[in-house]
Amino acid sequence: MSLDREMIRLDAVTKTFVMHLRGGARLPVVNNVAFAVRGGECVVLGGPSGTGKSSILKMIYGNYRADGGRIDINGPTGWVDIARAVPRAVLTLRQSTIGYVSQFLRVIPRIGALDIVASSAREIGLDEPAARAKAASLLERLNVPERLWHLPPATFSGGEQQRINIARGFAAERPILLLDEPTASLDGANRAAVVELIEARKRAGAALLGIFHDEDVRDRVADRVIDVTKFAPEASAR
Amino acid sequence: MSAQDDRPLLVAEGLSKHYGPHLGCADVSLDIHEGEVVAVVGESGSGKSTLLGLLSTQLLPSAGSVRYRMRDGEERDLFALGEAERRFLLRTDWGFVHQDARLGLRMGVSAGGNVGERLMATGWRHYGRIRAEAEQWLERVEIARDRIDDRPDTFSGGMRQRLQIAKNMVTRPRLIFMDEPTGGLDVSVQARLLDLIRSFVGDYGLAAVIVTHDLAVARLLSHRIVVMRHGRVIETGLTDQVLDDPREPYTQLLVASILQA
Amino acid sequence: MSDAATYNFGYLDEQTKRMIRRALLKAMAIPGYQVPFASREMPMPYGWGTGGVQVTASVLGADDTLKVIDQGADDTTNAVSIRKFFERTAGIATTTHTSEATVIQTRHRIPEAPLREGQILVYQVPIPEPLRFLEPRETETRRLHALEDYGLMQVKLYEDIARHGHIATTYAYPVKVDGRYIMDPSPTPKFDNPKMDMCPAIQLFGAGREKRIYALPPYTKVVSLDFEDHPFERTKFDRGCALCGSEGIYLDEVVTDDRGGRMFVCSDTDFCESQRAAPSEAGHGLHEVPR
Repeated sequence: MSLDREMIRLDAVTKTFVMHLRGGARLPVVNNVAFAVRGGECVVLGGPSGTGKSSILKMIYGNYRADGGRIDINGPTGWVDIARAVPRAVLTLRQSTIGYVSQFLRVIPRIGALDIVASSAREIGLDEPAARAKAASLLERLNVPERLWHLPPATFSGGEQQRINIARGFAAERPILLLDEPTASLDGANRAAVVELIEARKRAGAALLGIFHDEDVRDRVADRVIDVTKFAPEASAR
Repeated sequence: MSAQDDRPLLVAEGLSKHYGPHLGCADVSLDIHEGEVVAVVGESGSGKSTLLGLLSTQLLPSAGSVRYRMRDGEERDLFALGEAERRFLLRTDWGFVHQDARLGLRMGVSAGGNVGERLMATGWRHYGRIRAEAEQWLERVEIARDRIDDRPDTFSGGMRQRLQIAKNMVTRPRLIFMDEPTGGLDVSVQARLLDLIRSFVGDYGLAAVIVTHDLAVARLLSHRIVVMRHGRVIETGLTDQVLDDPREPYTQLLVASILQA
Repeated sequence: MSDAATYNFGYLDEQTKRMIRRALLKAMAIPGYQVPFASREMPMPYGWGTGGVQVTASVLGADDTLKVIDQGADDTTNAVSIRKFFERTAGIATTTHTSEATVIQTRHRIPEAPLREGQILVYQVPIPEPLRFLEPRETETRRLHALEDYGLMQVKLYEDIARHGHIATTYAYPVKVDGRYIMDPSPTPKFDNPKMDMCPAIQLFGAGREKRIYALPPYTKVVSLDFEDHPFERTKFDRGCALCGSEGIYLDEVVTDDRGGRMFVCSDTDFCESQRAAPSEAGHGLHEVPR
């Protein structure tokens, strides 16, 4: 795949929230963010809560807007600056290149767990039987009881929903995977399963960028840790 | 999203509509690509329904234009089309799902007749084939085949909306307009309908413009969102971006006002 | 006739007749298209053929011979009163024989005897708009005609089959005229529809209350709407006329007593009489009808 090739490149990225409902209060989040992630490595964003780790991930996914700087993504047709890309281009990149796993599942009503995971696998071109087989093996690895596979996850416990979400994130194998605390509140066995999944993606050459508060997991998967506090707005000219 | 043709399907430029001294909407420009779902959100009176009326050529603009790429690939100015061409477009390549099903269905005509109407209007003259096609579409929108001869006034609200969708889908339109399609429905009925719309968008590469005041509907269905206020577009972008990182004061207020989208 | 002197010829004034003739010419020029006209008050109630009477009055000349039928019969109240009306107001000759008439005003039937060039058949029309019961808005039905947007009409036939297993419409059965306009043939039985097609006579339609005139010039293509797998079928009777024995003609059911007795006889009284009068057809006349 894209072993050793740069896949994500951030340069001079800044983000400030303006809270209009609080009299236009400005809330600087990060400033001058610059780093790159290569294929085959797992980079972890480190630093205490509230330092903008999650905001950085969301900007790379195009979910938050960047106020300044570039966020270049190595897509199938070359580099794209997602901070300036039109919505269609962002969606195309998400479809082809960038996967995202958060700890929260956005529930789609009425669709069974297996179908949710399988539809994710189909997004990258697997046919129906292959997608379902892939979905089943992921649910099994994440210890989701088979009796739940055909039920919509809306009624599942928080932990079960989270595992469905992880399965969904790993079902579509894209060259970039963003992980926003996927292991939070998982038990040991499931944390181990997630670590294995991450290692498999690394071996396959994917570029992984994640946030892990669980030190044990972080130590096992991280090739590098980037200290996000160096991008704190206070640290630079405002 | 499918990308058979990179050119937009529909391009609106500088659309304005005045109702006498009142402003319906002002200077709206918008592109819609094949397979793309655009949600238009805002409060009542924000101009979103006016915009839908203009895009679907049900209203004439005071200024501006709407161009559409026809099935033959040719781009046409919709307001320069003859009435016959415009109607043909409306009943073949377009769909319109109304909040009030009575506007979109013939309440005195059976479900099968409602679904078959577009086929008959485009030259189908074989009863058996029209009926078979209608049965298939009823099934696809989860209406039992044995309801085919029942009139929509015997249907529940959710079934009527699904029947409207079947009635539109039968000619495989490329673009469908929806005006508060889930308005007035119970939450569980809404979920079923939204799920159906989602699957049709995915399965048929349908483009859609959905007017809604419900941000949850917009989040679930749309790729892009257009926020309107006082007749103007005040913010537009990727749906999750606008809802998770709203920039304009009004959008922030709108997002903050909902319970959970 | 002494009365005729007190009326203008044919009751209507010349200006009105000219106005109606202009509408008729336009209707002839656009077969099947409904032409609005300034319908006048007539000395008879709506529903009694005021539209047909105005058309007849406008096409009658002094040497015309008029026949008036109602449901095929010359001797019903409506037919008799309209015939009398023109005898008094125009002083023209009248007849009950189809072959002798130059102008035939009809309600609900087309004569069985073939019409010929030079004859005019005037239909009384209650509701000229075939799309009316599907789409009540006149603005919309006009647009549908203008755009040849006729899916709706087919929906009505679809509904018929869905409900009854076949096209159950038996009268006022919609037709397509000259490949363009969909037309209501007035409440004639669908049995008569094929007679409209390529008919040598002029066919004029007048709707008094609705203020519409439409027309079929001679030899106009008139096709009854249908489906490929449910083609138009002319009503078939499994018997002949009980009086004249003719087959393949339109029959009326007549109740003969209060014990459920009934018989089927020609709806076209003139045709029935001429059949019975013709010596070659003898042997069938079972009863003499009391007249």
